[in-house]
Amino acid sequence: MSESAVAEITLQTGQPRRLLKPETQTAMLFLLPSFLGFMIFMALPILASLALSFTNWQLLKTPSFVGFQNYIKLFAVDPAFYTVLGNTLFFAVEYLALNIIVSLTLAVWISSLKRCKAIFRVIFFLPTFTPTIAASVVWLLIFTPGGLADNVIRWLGLGLPNFLLSSSWAMQAVVLVTLWANVGYNVVMFNAALDLVPKHYLEAAMIDGAGPWRRFWRIRLPLISPTVFFATVMTAITSLQVFDEIFAMTRGGPGSATATLGFAIYQKGFTNFQMGYASALAWVMFVMIMGLTILQFHMQRKWVHYDD
Amino acid sequence: MTTDPTLRHSHSVSAGRRRILRRIGTFFSYAGLSLVALLFLFPFFWMVSNAVRSNTEVLTVPVRILPEEYQWGNFVEALVSLPFGAFLMNSFIVACGVTAVVLVISCLSAYAFARLRFPGREGVLLTYLSTLMIPQVMLVIPLFLLVSKLGWINTYHGMILPVAFSSFGTFLLRQFILGIPKDLDEAAMMDGASRLRILITVIVPLAMPAIGLLSLFTFIAQWKSFLWPLIATSGLDKATLPLGLTLFQTQQGTSWNYIMAGATISMVPGVILAIVLQRVIYKGITVGSGFGGR
Repeated sequence: MSESAVAEITLQTGQPRRLLKPETQTAMLFLLPSFLGFMIFMALPILASLALSFTNWQLLKTPSFVGFQNYIKLFAVDPAFYTVLGNTLFFAVEYLALNIIVSLTLAVWISSLKRCKAIFRVIFFLPTFTPTIAASVVWLLIFTPGGLADNVIRWLGLGLPNFLLSSSWAMQAVVLVTLWANVGYNVVMFNAALDLVPKHYLEAAMIDGAGPWRRFWRIRLPLISPTVFFATVMTAITSLQVFDEIFAMTRGGPGSATATLGFAIYQKGFTNFQMGYASALAWVMFVMIMGLTILQFHMQRKWVHYDD
Repeated sequence: MTTDPTLRHSHSVSAGRRRILRRIGTFFSYAGLSLVALLFLFPFFWMVSNAVRSNTEVLTVPVRILPEEYQWGNFVEALVSLPFGAFLMNSFIVACGVTAVVLVISCLSAYAFARLRFPGREGVLLTYLSTLMIPQVMLVIPLFLLVSKLGWINTYHGMILPVAFSSFGTFLLRQFILGIPKDLDEAAMMDGASRLRILITVIVPLAMPAIGLLSLFTFIAQWKSFLWPLIATSGLDKATLPLGLTLFQTQQGTSWNYIMAGATISMVPGVILAIVLQRVIYKGITVGSGFGGR
């Protein structure tokens, strides 16, 4: 009795409650278009995707609930799944490492120049403004049997097979093309971060006798580490989703040497019409992306320095 | 002057030598990077070089770096005989359509998040932010089912609307609006302007750098987009340029020269934008802390 009375009093003495303040009404009106779109084209599909992953839906037949069967099939029955998973991780690790190394090298190189920085930035940025499919098609021509790459390999006497026909080299071609097509973004970002490093830090280190190598590891890299961290997270997220290059260049082949998760989801869903199974694959990818992102945020404490 | 002449001499020599060494170093730095840049540009050169050959010459062994015979008419031919012209048009319609929707949506919601107070604001904002981690390929299957249920397959709105609700623009603009002094809003409010009017007449003009960057990144991302157009279309009539390039690769895989002409055409808008707006991009990438374009 006494308790409910207290509750009533606090309710009444609280500020006068209208259903919605005018400012809230305006906010809801402003948010309505994005909220509707968000619900219809984001939230609903995510829920549907989760629900689908527990069904066996062949698109033309009626879906039936199968519980965790798709996931069990993935991890315990389908031998192709581990190939796909392995390919995806192999690609992501190699591509991420190369991307960060190459983009940092180019960014440091560009920022050491006094003139023409903008020209170099634009050159390395051009492929990121080019449709990935156009880039892939051009490289497909370069790698085509008897094409330019084969000629160069023969001319240099390297004795390598045609990349796209070799199951051990095809993925290297995909890495090379993806790197060429996307590295410019990180180059420009790192270059901008490096240009913001205060000059007097570097000058002070130079007076103390630190060489260029030491200046990079001890001053520049720690100072741009938040940018490097951000780029690493974003590049990892996109690299796990690689699709366009593989679709245009190899279609997962030869054999299944370049079949990654992104490609497998497309293939299962839109070639074999196994929507349930493909959705389960998509959730595996989502969990991988989440896991990797959480891991990276966890590890950043060890190497990312924030200016406080 | 009593300074030892030999000492002065040796000093100036070593300074001069150092200057020369530095010049040589600078020269090699520029030369080396130029070489890397040329290697980097080579695929573009190869694309154009093969776009103006006859198709038999494309596959002739040994490979020639420059065409034997320049067929500039290939570009016209590709636009006229193959539907690259229609693909170009479709790409423009879809990219501009998405950009328009993104701009309207993002301006409205960014203003709400930056300037208006309402219960649950931070929570909604965080939910929006977390959607940036959702892989596109995960949405593609249910979106395809939804769009086919609505009968939107092979329509422009079916290609535009499902991809126009990324929350990236909302964040970019919100961050920018937070940096605009609130006094300006309040002054306009004193004059009796509505919130919508304030947004259009005060905020939008001041946020133009961010809005421009958002338009640029959205347009380019859609211009490059492949997966959704691949799934949302069912024929050649609504295909975009990237889609067209792969369709010709499978159907008449031999016309490399036309495919290269199509690839060249598809990268023209990007090249123009990248060169003209390079300063905006350079600045914007740091401002948007790199969220852009993905």
